[in-house]
Amino acid sequence: MRDNPVLRVVTKIIVPVIFLFALYVQFHGDYGPGGGFQAGVIFAAGLILYGLIFGTESIRCLISTRFLRALIAAGLLLFASVGFLPLLMGWNYLDYDALGQNPLSGQHLGIFLVELGVGITVAAVMVTIFVAFAGRRDS
Amino acid sequence: MNVFGLYNYWIVIFLMMTGFYVVISSGNLVKKIVGLSLFQASVFILYISLGKITGGTVPILREGITLYSNPLPHVLILTAIVVGVSTTALGLALVVRIKEAYDTVEEDEIHQQDESL
Amino acid sequence: MVEAVNIVLLGLLVITAVAAIRLHDLFAVVMMFGIYSLLAATVFVVLDAVDVAFTEAAVGVGISTILMLTTLGLVGRWERRPVHRPFLPLLVVVVTGAALIYGTLDMPHFGDPDAPVHQHVAPRYLEQSPDEIGIPNVVTGVLASYRGYDTLGELTVIFTAGVGVLALLGIRRRRQDEATRER
Repeated sequence: MRDNPVLRVVTKIIVPVIFLFALYVQFHGDYGPGGGFQAGVIFAAGLILYGLIFGTESIRCLISTRFLRALIAAGLLLFASVGFLPLLMGWNYLDYDALGQNPLSGQHLGIFLVELGVGITVAAVMVTIFVAFAGRRDS
Repeated sequence: MNVFGLYNYWIVIFLMMTGFYVVISSGNLVKKIVGLSLFQASVFILYISLGKITGGTVPILREGITLYSNPLPHVLILTAIVVGVSTTALGLALVVRIKEAYDTVEEDEIHQQDESL
Repeated sequence: MVEAVNIVLLGLLVITAVAAIRLHDLFAVVMMFGIYSLLAATVFVVLDAVDVAFTEAAVGVGISTILMLTTLGLVGRWERRPVHRPFLPLLVVVVTGAALIYGTLDMPHFGDPDAPVHQHVAPRYLEQSPDEIGIPNVVTGVLASYRGYDTLGELTVIFTAGVGVLALLGIRRRRQDEATRER
């Protein structure tokens, strides 16, 4: 599969488009269909396609395994700590109204950060799982 | 009583039962996990069917539209799909380790090896 | 119109599911699962759940199918034919299915706007979220704000599953590294 020129060229063209689409789904999720879960899996699907065609090693060259594992925890921590911010200001846990000048902008910021955390963790977990399975076969 | 309005649920129950049948009749662990995923996907369809309102539209608020489908099942199933693939991956990882320990993924062969110890 | 499309798609789902039972080549079974997920994603679009369809298309067709194929590469492609006849499983399945169908007889009809599910919290989300949350996509608003605790819990499950897979499959490489270092 790695020697097929059609697959290699098409993958190189299509992977950046997938990443761009994932980012669109992530940041446009408030207004259209989309959000952190969807963007995370689409982003991971792009990286997995890249890994399928060019080998798992190429994913490790792009993102080191340690960094990927750190991202898994970072997304969850971002979500949980966004919840703690209103708590410090005397509001309820995960009550985003406290984060902005008025409740609506607070909700906007809160949802943006939370979805970002979801997207990071989901993408990192999916890629990590794929690398773990594919790496098992190589070793 | 008009039972035709329930056809959707019946087909979904049939799909669920095919997944269930694969889980309990097949001895191969990978096929069992595929069956479990089929079951899971049909439960998702059941939930989304419950949220549909005839004549309703996608729950993204716009001017001039009054009837939306129920967004709550969508939220529940959205997270359930991603949780589902994570747990499926965990199950597949267990299958890989079982293959390395027993050199087979057939249920009865694993039982035989356990008994002969 | 929607109902006709729905029936055709559900019929195709039934065909794929039955094919998945009858096949013994696991590669073909996994491919059937991929087709099943794609059809399910299409059903979600027909039933107004675009967010869910997105996720199912990326997860079911892409990621889980690839994970299953990778597993097949590690454990072998062919299923051994079953020794015993499938009467008992068939009986269990038929009885369970009959019980579930009996349970649906009291359910509100498909697409009924007066069904109990549409009476309780969902109308409040649809009516109040423009004033309370201020974003048009109600699904995102409910997911991240109204049910934020729920989503945090789900994310923790995903995190734990990822750590579990790493614990199960990430060990051997480290041992090999240590072995080479000791040498």
